[in-house]
This record gives sequence, structure tokens and C-alpha cells, in this order.
Amino acid sequence: MSEIEGIYAVWLREAKIYIREKERLVSAVISPLLWIFGFGAGIGTTIESVGGYSYQMFIYPGIMVMTVLFTSLFYGIYVIWDRKLDFLKEVLVAPVSRASVFVGKMLGGATDAMVQVIYLIIIGLIFLDVPFTPLTIIEAFLMLLLISIAMVSIGLVIGANLTSPEGFSLVINFVMWPMFFFSGALFPVSNLSPWLAAVTRINPMTYGVDAMRGIILGINHYSLLLDTAVLMVFTAMMMGIGIMSFRRM
Amino acid sequence: MVIKTEALTKNFGKITAVNELDLEVKEGEIFGLLGPNGAGKTTLISMLCTMLRPTSGKAWVNGFDVVREPGKVRKSIGIVFQQASVDDLLTGRENLQLHNLLFEVPKAVRKQRIDEVLSIVNLEKRADDFVNTYSGGMRRRLELARGIMHHPKILFLDEPTLGLDPQTREHIWEYIKELASKECMTVMLTTHYMEEAEQLCDRVAIIDYGKIVALDSPDALKNNVARDIVKIKQKIPDIEKIRKLGYVMKAEEKEGTLYISIKDASLHLQDLLSNTGPIDFVEVRRGSLSDVFLHYTGREIREGDAEGGFWERMMKR
Repeated sequence: MSEIEGIYAVWLREAKIYIREKERLVSAVISPLLWIFGFGAGIGTTIESVGGYSYQMFIYPGIMVMTVLFTSLFYGIYVIWDRKLDFLKEVLVAPVSRASVFVGKMLGGATDAMVQVIYLIIIGLIFLDVPFTPLTIIEAFLMLLLISIAMVSIGLVIGANLTSPEGFSLVINFVMWPMFFFSGALFPVSNLSPWLAAVTRINPMTYGVDAMRGIILGINHYSLLLDTAVLMVFTAMMMGIGIMSFRRM
Repeated sequence: MVIKTEALTKNFGKITAVNELDLEVKEGEIFGLLGPNGAGKTTLISMLCTMLRPTSGKAWVNGFDVVREPGKVRKSIGIVFQQASVDDLLTGRENLQLHNLLFEVPKAVRKQRIDEVLSIVNLEKRADDFVNTYSGGMRRRLELARGIMHHPKILFLDEPTLGLDPQTREHIWEYIKELASKECMTVMLTTHYMEEAEQLCDRVAIIDYGKIVALDSPDALKNNVARDIVKIKQKIPDIEKIRKLGYVMKAEEKEGTLYISIKDASLHLQDLLSNTGPIDFVEVRRGSLSDVFLHYTGREIREGDAEGGFWERMMKR
């Protein structure tokens, strides 16, 4: 019972701060809008259609994954700030296990990301006529939650092991951009050169993007079962490493 | 004994921060660890609070082994850190609510306990304001309130008044004294302010390079070294002659001024002055803990040294 309350306490703090930092809420909306309406609409004028959908529509599931990926990974930086400001100490000396502290933080980060997902779903419904059904909205939401948990865990691992915010930004860029570019978020993974195909195959995000595209647009490269299985194993691994990092903190 | 250590040691690489330290703290006392920055005070407290694992040696807090039973130790202690650790973007009350959840304060008494601790530190009126509108002293008070929320048997205070102005500092001392008596707590605090140790502590351990160099009540420590110090300025001092006087414990010349430590100025001042010959200036002052510190370590303790790195100072608003 006390561990659940500990998780709740850590999550509650994150959620309250997220709601109070208006900048975070605003930037959460703007960057995906730029990708969809700036990048997607721009490139879309030169590309006829992909798999029967406009380019803008084709990358929409990928942009959702990207948004979750960026927000979740960057969330790890708050651990560094918390430690600099010593807030984390209060939590670390509490009689609550480090696993619970980790899970609380992880859920806090996932909450950030999922608020953005809700924006994106609304934008998709209103402006892009994305063919959502109530069921696919729920499926997409759960899939993105899974991706978010994995990515927040990676962010927290990096945050727990570094002491400077600058270092964090550097390291996270090396993780974030390759994961995004080689995930097929912006292009179909079906006819790539062998080396690019190999890179996309070992990138867990490829399966996330594929699953999302499957759920929303019905275009699948792998089966949804394989996508989900890969992501679940990956998420479990990252959570494990995350809890270990928090134990050493 | 509520706190006991045996040959407690912590090494950071080649540096020994705490060196085979033996210590016993009695129930109900306010115990001070006095020493310059880097003496090992915070490291010692961190080990007692189970934040750091000792390299070797043993320590018990409230009878629980700090290495084997960290959870039980944590539940029985309260901590106020050197750097403010209350959350800026939450209100005072919200900070306390989180603490309730984290430290398993029973649901039934949570609300009442929050009001109780807020009134002890006089923050009832500001409880629902965001902490980033608080002054430094108010933050420290909020942290004190939080530290005692869960009825700890021991309260650890790491530099409780670091960076506060003298007036606020005195207020905080009052709060600490009040807390200790009202809540029947043992208090262990670190400080590098001499005055703080003299004002607050029942017993003081002087720590230097990770070792205890002296341990006693502030008064007894002062008595061992020098009750009074006579400062004399004169044209041609005869320091050798003064040193030969029976009641003079120590005589030194620094920058043209003689510093003479004697047991009791009220008894010996007249005789001392008759032996020094004509003087330009005389001043008598009571020995302080800084004289004690100087005596035991051979160094002066410098007050008000900023501790911590660039970010800590940047973020301390």
C-alpha cells in the first residue's frame, strides 16, 4: 500500500508541475503542428501519394510516434534539474523503494506525452480527416502509451546517470534523431536499400511506427502482433535498466 | 543511545571523508557537528540517513543498522538538507501533502498534522502560496515543518541556517529549540557557524578531516581552552615575561597586538597589567568556540564560505 502511495506521490508532483508550467503545454502543441502542416504539407506537394494516402496523412501516425518519442526522451532532463535543485533528495530519502520512485517518474513522463497525444488526435480529427474509429483511437492511445513508457525509461536512465543538462541534451540527440529517422516515420520501409533496411529493422521505433500506421491507416509492413511483442519486450528491458539506474542514484 | 557509530569510515577514491569515527548521541539532546567545509560533516550525516553507504565501520540509528535496515531508519528520522529541497512550483501545503504520502503518515491524521506543523513554524497564512514566493527563511521553516511531519525520533539538520541573514538565523534557532522540546526529538545538526553551535547545542563534536578532535558541551570545551582572552597593544611588548606568569595559558603576538589567554580575567587582569608595563590599549573578551576550534585544529574556521558549485548558487535565488 505504501509503495502505491509513493508512486502516486511522485506522479502527482509531476502532473501538478506539468499543468502549472504553461510553456510546456504550449510547446507540446506547436512542434507536432509544425511537422504536420509545415513539413508534411510542404513535402506532400511533391509526392503524389503513399499507399493510397496523401503524404501528410501517411506521416501522421509517424508524427504521433515522433511527438511521443521526443517528449518522453526529453523528460529525463527533469531528473537532472530535480537533482540540481535537490528536490529529488526528499523522494530518495523517503521510505519508498527506488522502483516505486522510478515508476512514479515514468508515469509522470508518460502523462506529459499522452496529453500531447490527445491534442494530436483532436487535430487529426478536425483538420486532417484521419479515418479514426472509437476503437482505433483506443488502440492508438494504448500503443503510444507503451512507446512512451519505453522512451521515458530511456530518458530517465540517461538522466539518472548524468549530472549536467547540457550533457543530457547531447546524449539524447544521439538517441533521438537516429531512432526517429530510421523508424520509417517519414518514409515507407518496404523498398529501402539493404543497409537502411537493416538499420530500421533493429530500431524498436520502426515497430512502433508500423503498429500505429497499421492501426490508423491499415498499412502494415510487419504484423501488429510482432510490433506489439517487440515493443513490449523492449519496454520491459528499458524499465528494468531504469529501475537499476535509480537504485544506484 | 539513539545514534551510535563504530569506526565509521567513508572513502571517496583516495580521499577519506569520514575516518574511523566513533560517536554516541543520547536521546533528547541537541548534538552539533562543528567543522569547516569539507570536514566530513555532511558525509557523516548522509551515512546516518542511509543516503550513502559506509566504506567500513558500523552505525545504528534508533537501534537500526543503517546498512541492513535502511527502511526502518528512514521511517524514524526527519531530514532538513543543506540546499532547499522544497518544491518551488507547489504550495507549502502541497509540499507537506506529498511528504505525508511518501512517509506513510496515517490518512486519518494527515490534515490535522499539516495544520499542526504549519502553526509551529508560523506559516499557516502562507501555506497556500507557491513556495517560489517564499523568502529564504520561510523555505527553511517549511522544511523544518516537513522534517517533523511524520513524528521522527531524530531530526537531522544539515547546515540549517546556511545563507540566511543573522536575524532570520536567530528565528530559526528558536524554532529548532521549540521543536526539539515540543516534539521530544533528538536533533543532530551540522554547522560551520560557531555561534550556532554555542546557542543551540547541548554537546558539540568538533570535526576536522573526518575525525572528531574534541567533544563536549560548548561551555566545557571553552573552559578547556581559555575562559578569557586579553588583547593588549603596547610599544615594546615583553612576551617572554608574560608567558612565564602562572595563570597565562598562552600568549601570542599578531600584527602588533598581544593575545593572552588566561583562566579568569576577573582574578588576574590587574596582576597581568602590572607585569606588562605601560600599554596603549586593552580589551578583554570571553573565549568562544572559534578559539576552541583554533586550539584543536590549528586553523581558523571561516564563516560564511559559500558551499556548493555554480549551479547550486545560481538556483538558490
